[in-house]
Amino acid sequence: MIPAPFDYVAPSTVDEAVRALADAGEDAKVLAGGQSLLPVLRMRLAAPTTVVDLGKIGELKGVRDEGDAVVIGAMTTHYDVQRDPLVHDHALLLARATDTVADPQVRHRGTFGGSLAHADPAGDLLAPALALDAEMVIQGTGGRRTVSAAEFFQDFFTTSLAPEDILVEVRVPKHTGWTAHYEKFNRVAQAWSMVAVAATVRAEGGTVAEARIGLTNMASIPVRATAVEQALVGRSADAETIRAAAEHAAEGTSPTVDGNADVEYRQHLAKVLTGRAVEAAMAG
Amino acid sequence: MTAMAEPEVGRARVRKEDERLITGRTRWTDNITLPGMVHMALLRSPTAHARITAMDTSAAKEMPGVIAVYTGDDLDPGGEVGMPNAWPITPDQKTPRRPMLAQGTVNFAGEAVAAVIARSAAEAEDALAEIDVDYEDLPVVLGLDNAVADGAPLVHEDMGTNKSAEWIFDSSQAGSGGDVQQAISSSDVVVTRRFRQQRLVPAFMEPRSVVVDPTAPQLTMWSATQVPHILKTMVAMTLGLPEHHVRVIAPDVGGGFGGKLAVTPEECAAVVVAQKLGKPVKWTESRSETMVSAHHGRDQMQDITISASRDGTITGLKVDLLADMGAYLGIVGGGVPVLGAFMFNAIYKIPAYRFSCTTVFTNTTLTDAYRGAGRPEATFAIERIMDELAAELGMDPMQLREKNWIAHDEFPYTTVSTLTYDSGNYEAATAKAMQLFDYDGLRREQAERRDRGDRVQLGIGISTFTEMCGLAPSRVLGSLDYGAGGWEHAAIRMLPTGKVEVVTGASPHGQGHETAWSQIVADQLGVGFDDIEILHGDTQSSHKGLDTYGSRSLTVGGIAVVKAAEKVIAKARKVAAHLMEASEDDLEFADGKFTVRGTDTSTAIQDIALAVFAAHDLPDGVEPTLDSEAVFDPENFSFPHGTHLCATEVDTETGQVRLRSYVCVDDIGKVINPLIVEGQMHGGLAQGIAQALYEEAVYDEFGTLTSGTFADYLVPSAMDLPSFTTDRTETAATSNPLGVKGVGEAGTIASTPAVVNAVVDAVRHRGVNDIEMPLSPMRVWRAVHKGDTAAGGPGAEAGGGLGSIDSAHGGAQ
Repeated sequence: MIPAPFDYVAPSTVDEAVRALADAGEDAKVLAGGQSLLPVLRMRLAAPTTVVDLGKIGELKGVRDEGDAVVIGAMTTHYDVQRDPLVHDHALLLARATDTVADPQVRHRGTFGGSLAHADPAGDLLAPALALDAEMVIQGTGGRRTVSAAEFFQDFFTTSLAPEDILVEVRVPKHTGWTAHYEKFNRVAQAWSMVAVAATVRAEGGTVAEARIGLTNMASIPVRATAVEQALVGRSADAETIRAAAEHAAEGTSPTVDGNADVEYRQHLAKVLTGRAVEAAMAG
Repeated sequence: MTAMAEPEVGRARVRKEDERLITGRTRWTDNITLPGMVHMALLRSPTAHARITAMDTSAAKEMPGVIAVYTGDDLDPGGEVGMPNAWPITPDQKTPRRPMLAQGTVNFAGEAVAAVIARSAAEAEDALAEIDVDYEDLPVVLGLDNAVADGAPLVHEDMGTNKSAEWIFDSSQAGSGGDVQQAISSSDVVVTRRFRQQRLVPAFMEPRSVVVDPTAPQLTMWSATQVPHILKTMVAMTLGLPEHHVRVIAPDVGGGFGGKLAVTPEECAAVVVAQKLGKPVKWTESRSETMVSAHHGRDQMQDITISASRDGTITGLKVDLLADMGAYLGIVGGGVPVLGAFMFNAIYKIPAYRFSCTTVFTNTTLTDAYRGAGRPEATFAIERIMDELAAELGMDPMQLREKNWIAHDEFPYTTVSTLTYDSGNYEAATAKAMQLFDYDGLRREQAERRDRGDRVQLGIGISTFTEMCGLAPSRVLGSLDYGAGGWEHAAIRMLPTGKVEVVTGASPHGQGHETAWSQIVADQLGVGFDDIEILHGDTQSSHKGLDTYGSRSLTVGGIAVVKAAEKVIAKARKVAAHLMEASEDDLEFADGKFTVRGTDTSTAIQDIALAVFAAHDLPDGVEPTLDSEAVFDPENFSFPHGTHLCATEVDTETGQVRLRSYVCVDDIGKVINPLIVEGQMHGGLAQGIAQALYEEAVYDEFGTLTSGTFADYLVPSAMDLPSFTTDRTETAATSNPLGVKGVGEAGTIASTPAVVNAVVDAVRHRGVNDIEMPLSPMRVWRAVHKGDTAAGGPGAEAGGGLGSIDSAHGGAQ
C-alpha cells in the first residue's frame, strides 16, 4: 500500500493552484482532503505525476452569507459544514446528509468540494447539491465561471471540471424554513450508500408547497426525482399521497449492479426510501 | 491471624498488556529495523489459473534501489520445497506441492510469482510493475459443484481430480450408534436442507509481517504468527535447516483468528532470500495482499438430513459436506471440516449418525483455520435444521431442543460421534437465558406484529450450542492422523528477589495470557500479581510449546502453568522444612507462606527463593533451584456450552435486518478473569453475527476476488451491533484441575445460527424457510418477495409438512 512516486505541490492561493495544474498537465491530481484519493493512490489504481494539495489555501475554506445564497468554500470540511449555523438555517438538507458521511475521522479531513469533484455516485452530498439547485464556482486558466449542479455532474467520477480547473466554492440558494431528511440505506454503518434519498420540503399547513428530491446512487450521476416532486406539490401530505408519489421515484433512473443490489432491488428501494424520506421531511 | 488474601482468580483485572497494545507502543514485527536490512515485495498473479510461459525480470533489476529479483526457480531450483500440510486426513489424501513462489503455473489470483528485494519497501514495490510475466490462461475452476462435476477442468492437472480426500464417520461402523439410512427410512419426519457456508476472510488487525536475520549461525525469524513453535520446527523441516539453527520470535501480534495459524510461502521465501543475500530481510504485506493471499475460512456446501419421530425425538442425522480447500492445502487444511464431524450431533442424543466430507480444490485462495474451524459450520447446520425440524413438527423450537438434549444428570455422556462430554448443564443455561431474554414476551409481540401485518416483523432465533475445544489430547490427535501432539509446556523461574518469571508455550496474539497467567500463578504461589512476568513467543526463552489456537491456551497451557507451580511448591516445601527444622508433613502452604501446623512459625516463598539462590544451607541432595517446568497433555477436550437467543426485526419492505436484542448465557466452567471472558464473548459474537449478516469473500467468474477491500468485505463495527446481554452459568469441567473450559471461539460458533434462525423465524409466515448467508437486505427482501403466495411462493405454508397441517387443525403452535 505504498503509492507510486509523485511530485507534491501545496500552493497557497487558487491562482497558484490553477497554474500548478496547468503546468503539470493531464496526469495531475487534486488533493482536497484525500479521503478518496489516498486509498486510490495507495492501491496504485491511479499514479499521477503531480499531486496538487489544496489544503493550504485559506480562501477555499469557510461558509458565508451572500444574501440569497449560502456560499460554501470547496475545502470546508464535512465537520465544519455539519455544524455551520448558516447551512443549518438555509440548507438543512445538506447538513442532514453530511451527518451521515462516513465517520468522525473522515468528516474532519474530507471536504465538501472534494466530495463533489470526486463525483462518486454513491457519495452522499451530490444528491443534496442537485436537489438544492447548487451552483459550482469554478476557476480555470480562463478565469471563473459558474456551473449548475445539473451540468456539473456528467458521469461516474466525471464532472465538467477541466484538468486545470479548481472547484472554488458552492453557492447554495437559501431554502430558509424548509424541512429536510436524508434517508440513507447501507449494509453497515460505515459503508457507502446503496441507495439514499435527499428530500427537502416547504410545507404550508399540511400541504406541500414545494419539494426537492434527489437520489443517491441511482445512476452514474445524482438524479432529481422530479416526477415525485410534481406529484407532491399542492397536495396534502397524507400517507397515501406520499406513497403514491414515491411510486414515481425510480423513473428515469439507471442504477448500477453490484454485490449488494441489482437494478430491480435498487429501484424498489428508491421508492420505499423516497416515501420514508418525504414522510420524515414533512415531520420536520 | 492474617486475613486470607483475596484470590486473584475470578477478579476482573484490567489486562497488563492493554496499555502497550492499545496505544501501539510495542514491538510489532513491522517495527523491527536491523542494520543492513533490505525489503521484500511480492508480485502476485492477477489471474486465477494460468501457465507462466515467460518471465522477464531484467527491467526490474535496473530499478533504483533494487538488489535482487527472484523467481520461483531462483529460490528453489529443484522444485522440491512445499509448504507443510500437517493433517493428511486420509492415507490417500492428494496434497499438491505449494511452492514459495509459483513455478510453472499459478493456481489462484494472488499467488506470489516473483520477489523484488530493494533497499526500501517503496523501491521494492515500485519495481514490481517492471516485471514482465506472460500468462497462458488455463480453465478456471470455481464453485464446489463445478469442481466435482464429471469432466470438470482440473486445478492440478497431474492429480487427475479436484478431490483431495474423502473422510467418513459412520456410527454403525464405529459402534457408537445405528445405521442412519435405516433410521431415516423408518422415521415419521425427515427434513433435508442444503446450507452454504460462505467463504470468510479472517480480517486480523495487524497484517502479516516477517523479518529474517541470517547474520548469526542461529538464524532469527520474527513473524506476526500465532504459532512460533510450530513455525520453527516446520521452517526447519520444510527448508532442510538444522532446527537448532532456527530461532523464531512472535513479538506482540495483532490478532489472528486462525489466520495466522500457518506456515506461509512468504515466511519461507524470506528465509531463503535472507540466506542468499546474507542480509536481514523484511516483508510486510499490504491489506490488499492479506485479502487475496492469507488463507480464508469456511466455504462448505452442507447437505444435511435429520429424521425424527412424530413426538420430536431425533432418530438420525446424516451430513454430506463438500469443503472448498482453495488451490492448496494449508497446515490444517482438510482437518478443519473433519473437526466439525464431531460437533454436528451437538448437545443432542442422536441414535444414528453418518458424516462424510470431500475436500475439493478450486482456483481460489486456500482455506484453513478460522475462529471455530469446522465447529461453527457444524453448529450452524445442526442449529438451523433443528429450527426447520421444529417448524415441520409444529413444535416450539426450544421444546424440540429440550426433548433431545443430554440432561444434566446424564454426564459424563458419550456421544454418537464418540466424544465423551465430561460435564454440562443445558437446562440451567437455557433457563437463565430465557428469563433474561423475555422469551414469552417476545413471542407475544411477534404474534401481534404478524396479526397486524406490521411492516417490521420480529423473529426469535435460538442456538443451544456446545463445542469441543482445548485442542487437544495427543492420543486423539494421533488417532486422527494429525501431525503433532496437543500438549502444552510451562516453566516457572523463581528469581532471587522473590519475583517470578513464567514461561508459557501458548503464544498470545491479543488474548490476555499475561494477565490470566499472572492471576493463576499469584494464587498458586501466593505472590503478588505485579511480581509476575509472563514470557512467551520466543523459542529461545520458551523452548517448548504448541502455541495458541482452538481455545486451548487456558485449558491446556494454563494447566501446565498450574502443574509447574505445584512443582515449585513441592521443591520449596523441602527447603522450608529444612529451614524451619520441621517435618515436611507438618507444613501448610497458603498465601505464599509455609507454616508449621499449629504454630506461628512460617517462611515466605520469596525467602525460600533467596535461600535457594544463596544455597548456603540446603538439605543434602537438594538442587539449588526452585525452577520447574511441566508439560500438560489433556485427557479430554473441554466442552463449553451455552444458550444464545437473538431477536431480530426484519423490515419486510427493504429486507434490512436489525438486531433488537441478543442474550447469551455461556457455561465455560471456572472463570479466571471475567473481563477477558466478556471481551472474548463480545468479539466472538461480532464475528459470528458478521458471518450471518455481512461478510463474504466473493469471486467473480474469472476467479478474481471482488471483495478485496474493506469497502466490499463488510466487517461490522459497534454501530451495527446491539448491546449484548452476556451472562454465565458455571459447571466446572471435570477434565482439568482448574475446572476451566475454552471461551475464545464460543461466541463465534454459537451466534451465526441464532441470527439466521431469528431472521427466518421473522418471515417464515411470508413463505421463507431459508436464506443464504450473508443475509443481505437484497436476499432477505427477495426471499420475502418470492415467498408470498401472490408470487407463487408457499406463503404461510412455509412451515411445511406436519407443522402446517397441525396449525391448520388448530394444533400446537
